[in-house]
Amino acid sequence: MFFFLLRRIGVMILTALALTFVVFYLTNLPPNLEKLAKSEASARMTDDQVDSWLASNGFASPVVQRYGEWLGVVPGWTGTTSDGRPTGRCYNRLPKDAEAPRYCGILQGDWGWSTVFKQPVTEILARSLGHTGWLMLWVMIVMVPTALLIGVLSGMREGTITDRVLSTFSIATTATPEYVSGVILIAIFASATAGISPWLAEHGWISGKTLFQGTATSAMDKITFWNFALPVMTIALYGIGYIARMTRASMTEVMTQQYIRTARLKGVSFRDVVLKHALRNALIAPFTVIMLQFPWLLNGVVIVETLFNYKGFGWTLVQAAGNNDIQLLLACSVVAVFVVLVTQLISDVGYVFLNPRIRLG
Amino acid sequence: MDDLSWTGIFTHGFIRFWPVWLALVLTFAVSIRYRRRLALYGKLFDSTVGMIGFAFVMFWVFTALFAGMIITHDPLVQLSGMKNALPGAAVKSPAEGSYPWYLLGGDNLARDVFSRMVMGAREVLKIAPAATVFAFIMGITLGLPAGYFGGRLDTFLSFLANLVLAFPVILLFYLLVTPEIVETGIPMYFAAVLFLFPVIFFSVLLNSRFHPNPPRRNLYVGAVLVIGLWAYLGLAFNLDPTGVFAMDPNLLNVFVSVVFVNAPGVFRIVRGLVMDIKARDYVAAGQTRGEGPWYIMLWEILPNARGPLIVDFCLRIGYTTILLGTLGFFGLGVSPESPDWGSTIDDGRKLLSIYPHAALVPALALMSLVLGLNLLADGLREESLRD
Repeated sequence: MFFFLLRRIGVMILTALALTFVVFYLTNLPPNLEKLAKSEASARMTDDQVDSWLASNGFASPVVQRYGEWLGVVPGWTGTTSDGRPTGRCYNRLPKDAEAPRYCGILQGDWGWSTVFKQPVTEILARSLGHTGWLMLWVMIVMVPTALLIGVLSGMREGTITDRVLSTFSIATTATPEYVSGVILIAIFASATAGISPWLAEHGWISGKTLFQGTATSAMDKITFWNFALPVMTIALYGIGYIARMTRASMTEVMTQQYIRTARLKGVSFRDVVLKHALRNALIAPFTVIMLQFPWLLNGVVIVETLFNYKGFGWTLVQAAGNNDIQLLLACSVVAVFVVLVTQLISDVGYVFLNPRIRLG
Repeated sequence: MDDLSWTGIFTHGFIRFWPVWLALVLTFAVSIRYRRRLALYGKLFDSTVGMIGFAFVMFWVFTALFAGMIITHDPLVQLSGMKNALPGAAVKSPAEGSYPWYLLGGDNLARDVFSRMVMGAREVLKIAPAATVFAFIMGITLGLPAGYFGGRLDTFLSFLANLVLAFPVILLFYLLVTPEIVETGIPMYFAAVLFLFPVIFFSVLLNSRFHPNPPRRNLYVGAVLVIGLWAYLGLAFNLDPTGVFAMDPNLLNVFVSVVFVNAPGVFRIVRGLVMDIKARDYVAAGQTRGEGPWYIMLWEILPNARGPLIVDFCLRIGYTTILLGTLGFFGLGVSPESPDWGSTIDDGRKLLSIYPHAALVPALALMSLVLGLNLLADGLREESLRD
């Protein structure tokens, strides 16, 4: 078990390094840097001026070296400004008279400066991850129990009407990406002209114009049911179908096992068979699936936060990518890659832990 | 002309789709009549779920084919006074002989939502199936040897596949589908690698089968190489002198990115299937007969892995459609005028709470296509498990 864990973590670190390098390379392509120079200094620079701006800001060195600097394993670049003061990667925004450190990469906690928000990247990330954390928490609270319940109910008696209805529902939700379900939900519940809101308003059952709010901007200060239900439902729906289908498959397989039949023949009631004998074994596979859903949830988060204008992690990523904010985009990628890899590790380890039939040398 | 009621909209819309209904009825009649002779495709018509799914999918395929006959207005033309028009609104001062209504209303630039939705089907079905086919060829070409030989090759390829799979898709798109990337020529290098796989795949496929018979082998492999490399030069490098094979750089970028995201998934499935099948007796028999590894992989293992692969193919076209919609939704890699569903949803969502129809129509269209593909896959899975 120990060596298995060690090897998994080794591969994970290698993957993380490879992925961050790819992101670093793609965000630091010459056209991106040229755009950065023009937006930071002056939009009407000539090519020579761009080159000299890039050289004096440490972008002239090879990409591997800059990656090392950004990571914090290679000393940051240093130079002198035109008026003779020392400058360099680690000299930015230092307190007065402080000595500049030799290394300043993400390993030292220096994540850089966002050119769009004019703030340190760490501050923006902390704030946006906080918002997204709430969103994810509620998505999990809604998604996991609903999906497991649907899966177990439809898998427990295969081929019945309940099974058919619930399976069709699961297929329908997996066919509805977030940008479609979000639009449909807003049209039904949060439109002043369509859906059920005008009808409710006519009868005087709701005080405002719409039942739910079509944006989640106000949820950043205070989460209420009316401003948060739609974004949470939008993300959860897409995941529910997938997890429920996996749970159903796993449940039907368990229900045909010999020990279930033995228990039934011994006279154990159907309820007890499902709850005490089948459920535990049937929930091993969905556990991995739920963990591996995280990359997908990340996708959903980006779409939903854009759609509902909720300024969390996904919204920040879109802003960073759309405005060529290299440092912020890199930081977002690190977080995204980290989340994906850690959940993969948890899913692998958890699978071994939950399933005693698997032995690892 | 007066505005149409909902019944009117429905009737007139139904009539506009007449070529589709005709084609659907013909397809179903012929398929059900000869279903006993049509192998897996015929068995599909034994399953209700499969038939419903197939009907949805074929509806959109025929819509894309006959789009030119179905549309009521030019999807790019703006008519005065039709901005955000409600469904069924009559066109103000219509030109002689033009269609008198906006069946599903107008969007915020006064274009016909109905025609844009119909043309959008063409946009989506032009890319999604083709990209899925290329992803499959790439996944199969790499997955077969990885599963069959195992060892270092497998470790290396699996690491690469996991690398791509660990990338959040949306981030990859934001990094790959940008004008800056097109400027650097990176999509062309990607395409250069990617479009090589079909040529390799088909040459090896035919070579492994016909190498005991050199004249036929030379003819087949030669033909594949000539046509394949011709298409390769045109598609990847835009060097085709006759101009038959050419791709717009932006479209190429989208295409390459979508294939790149899908191929590792296919690779993993193929690898798993091969590892399972290679332990069977008929593979051992082939090895004893002295058959080459590529013959065994391509002509013995691959046909026996077709069931799960066909099911995954259907699901993956749906997934690719969703991905293309996501790209359109974020305005990546498509021209702003393009009627594809993703960008139409994005256009419509700005006025979503007041005029929902402009976003709702393409959203429902996309959903029904993907739902059809999922149901079709479900039906196929059921039927292929039965034998």
